[in-house]
Amino acid sequence: MDDGLRNELSKQGVVVVKLEELYNWGRKNSVWPLSFGLACCAIEMMAASMARYDLARFGAEVFRPSPRQADLMIVAGTVTKKMAPQVVRLYNQMPEPKYVIAMGACAISGGPFKQGYNVLKGIDRYIPVDVHIPGCPPRPEALIHAFMTLQRKIDAQKVFGPDRAHYFDASKPSEFPVPLFGEHDLVPPKNPNVWEPAVVVR
Amino acid sequence: MTAPVDTSDPKQLGADTDGTQFMTFHDLAYDAGKTVFQRKAQPVGQGREGELLEVAMGPQHPSTHGVFRMDVVLDGETVVKLKPVFGYLHRNHEKIAENTSYLGSMPYTDRLDYFCSLTNNWAYALSVEKLAGLQVPERAEYIRLITAELTRVLNHTCLAGFLLQDMGALGTPLMYAFREREKILDLIESLTGARMMCNYMRFGGCRCDLPAGWLDEAKKVVAEYPKFLDEFDALLSGNEILMARTQGVGKLSAELAISAGITGPMLRASGVDYDLRKVDNYGLYSRYPFRVPLGSHGDVYDRYMIRMLEMRESLKILEPALKDIPEGPVVDPKAKLRGFRPKPGEAYGRIESPKGELGFYLISDGSPNPYRYRVRPPSLINLTILEDMCLGQTVADAIVTLGSVDIVLGEVDR
Repeated sequence: MDDGLRNELSKQGVVVVKLEELYNWGRKNSVWPLSFGLACCAIEMMAASMARYDLARFGAEVFRPSPRQADLMIVAGTVTKKMAPQVVRLYNQMPEPKYVIAMGACAISGGPFKQGYNVLKGIDRYIPVDVHIPGCPPRPEALIHAFMTLQRKIDAQKVFGPDRAHYFDASKPSEFPVPLFGEHDLVPPKNPNVWEPAVVVR
Repeated sequence: MTAPVDTSDPKQLGADTDGTQFMTFHDLAYDAGKTVFQRKAQPVGQGREGELLEVAMGPQHPSTHGVFRMDVVLDGETVVKLKPVFGYLHRNHEKIAENTSYLGSMPYTDRLDYFCSLTNNWAYALSVEKLAGLQVPERAEYIRLITAELTRVLNHTCLAGFLLQDMGALGTPLMYAFREREKILDLIESLTGARMMCNYMRFGGCRCDLPAGWLDEAKKVVAEYPKFLDEFDALLSGNEILMARTQGVGKLSAELAISAGITGPMLRASGVDYDLRKVDNYGLYSRYPFRVPLGSHGDVYDRYMIRMLEMRESLKILEPALKDIPEGPVVDPKAKLRGFRPKPGEAYGRIESPKGELGFYLISDGSPNPYRYRVRPPSLINLTILEDMCLGQTVADAIVTLGSVDIVLGEVDR
């Protein structure tokens, strides 16, 4: 159906949408985040869901304490090497489709604590991250922007066809191996299926 | 249905240091004729060893205030053993600070107790000033006093919201608390440029002067704050559910509190009159009369009420301080930003942060970075007696007790 006919029908009060659009519209407006705060950014995450910033406008105010009921994990804060296995385990426990926002400099790269011996240098070494928000901590507006970015991503995901979203494909992994604390560091130090550092040619 | 609390003579509670600083809230709620539920201590774990249940609460748990884990052994619903496990947010603060310059670790102190970055800044600046022998101009002292008290109000407001959320009041008190927090954050943001990570104090003063019109804005916020506190008091302080959930829960005796090194509102809730603002007289606190609220039972309700009353006392300091602030420089012109090398020596600076005694211990060997840098975190030390407060109570009460300790994991684990 072309857009002209659709517009004509909508003027008559008939709304025609594709099933895919309806499905994505419902999903993007009811993203339930996991209530999972790690450090300072968690306070701004809470502030975003409170009175002034009101994340409920975007359908994302339902913070679930259980990963089984959550669609979105906001990694809000420094991930230490002691905490990283739990973060990956929580990600594995979430049902598909699931999304991850890396909030703040620490979750992206280790941030100001990158030189520390106990800080993971970015959670995207172990789990796939959809949206990165820089900042230390990012303002609640930045988190809302990340939500809107994620909503656009959800809206663009295909349900049918060869390029449909990865979670329809049973052969694609939805769980990732949990790193263990080895003798000196986390083993393995990264998940190559998720994170491959760019090779700098000198 | 009898009240389990005794109404003992408030005069016996603590040392009344100067006769006028004493304050008790006995007649506010305890004697208001409200009924509270009788709690019975139950014999635990006798001959039922195989029936004990071990639960790891956390590190992902909505009520552990971050990534804190409590390994609890339960007999039915009663806590038999409790082991706090921290370290999930150990960010190598001290080690990083020993490898960076003195000024370079100022931003890291923001991230210790991320609710109260300005008091953290002050404590660190105070210890470095002690180490290097720097003087602080009067205007800077005023700004420090004002920002520290604003931070105290901010912290206690948020704590009340979180405590109520732990009790199951999902949302409403926390919404109100965060609504007020935003008003103070607007002030802090227009002063320092950041909402949470202020990085504002410098050795020998503050980073920048107050922006135009800031004092009027601050006066407006301070003048309107008691209205919110009245609202909060009407909503919560006499609330029967809150009293039933908190009175007689998580009791801490004054002897144990002193021997465990507890400081801050937790210590004062147990009836010990010890406030560093009075004891050390740092800053300009000696210029402004304020009272130190003291509890008499050492339970969660006392800890909650102490914070509500401390906010009112902070506002009493803020109101005249905002009027009295003089003109002048905000930083000591002799203080060096670059090439800052204090003489060899050691110093310990401490202030009364909203959570307790926050101290920084520094050893200088004459190099640009400290030889040893140690934080005395009030949250961690207040947390050490969690098991003593929770034994024999239900899991739900243990959660409330943890909430009343007021921990921030950034400071506990550092």
